[in-house]
Amino acid sequence: MGNPRRQPNPERRNEWWTTLPSAGWLLVFFAVPTLLIVVMSFKPAGPYGGFGEGWSLKAWADMAHPSYPAIVWRTVWLSVAATIVCVGLGLPVGFLLGRADEKTRALLLLLVVVPFWTNFLIRVYAWKVLLHPSGYLRETLVGLGIIGENTLLLYNEGAVLLVMVYAYLPFAILPIYASAEKFDFALLDAARDLGASSIRAFWLVFVPGVGRGVLAAVVMVLIPALGSYIIPDIVGGPAGEMVGNKIAQRVFIDRNWPHAAALATLLMIVTLLPVIFAFVQQKRESVPDGSRKGGGKATA
Amino acid sequence: MKKATTLRSRHPLPVLATAVALVFLYFPILVLVLNSFNASRYGASWEGWSMRWYELLFSARSRDIWEALQRSLVIGVAASAVSMVLGTMAAWALNRYRTRLQKAHFGLIYLPIVAPDILMGISLAIFFVTLDVERNIGAITVAHITFCISYVALAVLARLQDFDGSVVDAARDLGANRWQTIVRVVVPLLAPGILAGGLLAFTLSIDDFVITFFVKGVGSDTLPLKIYSMTKHTKEMPVINALSTLLLTFTFAVVWWVQRLSRARAVA
Repeated sequence: MGNPRRQPNPERRNEWWTTLPSAGWLLVFFAVPTLLIVVMSFKPAGPYGGFGEGWSLKAWADMAHPSYPAIVWRTVWLSVAATIVCVGLGLPVGFLLGRADEKTRALLLLLVVVPFWTNFLIRVYAWKVLLHPSGYLRETLVGLGIIGENTLLLYNEGAVLLVMVYAYLPFAILPIYASAEKFDFALLDAARDLGASSIRAFWLVFVPGVGRGVLAAVVMVLIPALGSYIIPDIVGGPAGEMVGNKIAQRVFIDRNWPHAAALATLLMIVTLLPVIFAFVQQKRESVPDGSRKGGGKATA
Repeated sequence: MKKATTLRSRHPLPVLATAVALVFLYFPILVLVLNSFNASRYGASWEGWSMRWYELLFSARSRDIWEALQRSLVIGVAASAVSMVLGTMAAWALNRYRTRLQKAHFGLIYLPIVAPDILMGISLAIFFVTLDVERNIGAITVAHITFCISYVALAVLARLQDFDGSVVDAARDLGANRWQTIVRVVVPLLAPGILAGGLLAFTLSIDDFVITFFVKGVGSDTLPLKIYSMTKHTKEMPVINALSTLLLTFTFAVVWWVQRLSRARAVA
């Protein structure tokens, strides 16, 4: 690009004029409200909901109540498990997409993306109907003798995990595919020629080869999973509650804002960890590897 | 060429995994579509074909569903229009300048994408209540613009990667003023990116439940909120199936049409 880096007046002014609208908007409606949450968590609860005068650590002290560590733990393990399953299934699918011919690939990609365009709520709700005590799936499974007469498929951690995998699977497939598209599949033949089995070649050559896509897939699945609200709300019941549900209860049921804010701050810290990890990892990788960024965002 | 070398001895695992993934993705949707024609209220057993849920959907009793859809469309159009303008300007600045200001700017653009919806929802809700802002359709639109800007910015940024900056200088040299350069040269060249970003923003806005759920006050239900309240009342479940089937058909039709359009253009 022809423009010099530091031209004092007009360029500098142009930069401000093009930056200000978006930056200003996001400062006011994203950064400030987010900081407000952190501040709010150090306020005392108001007598009639909302928040009171002065400062207090009560909301944070309340986090020690035994029900909270259990919920945080459930949120983390369910999200990590969903991420592992999504990436595990996304790898072979991405592999197939990466080496399919043009026509098959376009069709498969379309099939993976179309469920995205169905309302998220409706997709989650579809599972509620399926897993319902009188739904087809349970009847069939009971009929086949796979599950007992009294087993419930709905309202437990398993249901939440299943539907999370369902909802976030495309988020894992797309970035892995984006990397697989640039992967040189001849490397696999080389590995085979050198005596590796297909599975070994897949594992030791393909998986590290699409590492960047896997990393993007982990972030794309793990973060929305950690912040899940609808899925545990619809198919989880009290036994499948996650941090998101607790935040909503504090806001809508007891209107205890400081409490909700402390939970939200906790969730913020937990979600920032994988982002920072991915960021550091990408910085480290970008030095020896000259290729362009993975472009893993779900802009499809 | 590199693909031709791998034709020999294919392992069945990738094909198998893909088949499993696709069945998994489509099975619940298929059952839902079938149930929309099921006479049974609870969808547990098949009680014969029926159009009663569609009739109910189009009867006067479902008027608020259509009002919610209308509200969703208004918010979606407004939010994507504003975020297309703000997002395109953001992408332009991010691409053209390499300053410390742009590093901070990129952070502001990137963080809303990775932040979970529920965090954005609760922080905006508390922000609006603290400022005593009326939480009506306008507040919902502001919230939607906030999460849409980033997606438009990234879509336009991708398009700008292969944008030749010298055309701007050329236009200026040929006597175009700043406004003419923007309207006649820059925007038409970036149009595919801006439209893709706008379409994504519209989809995200129409689909959003969590942020709207936290931000909205009384009585401004968008379609996802209406669907949510219907899922809580078992009696109305099959009407949602009918509505979902119609929305699905519509989505498929649009996708098919866009595909055909882009294929026709590729041939031409």
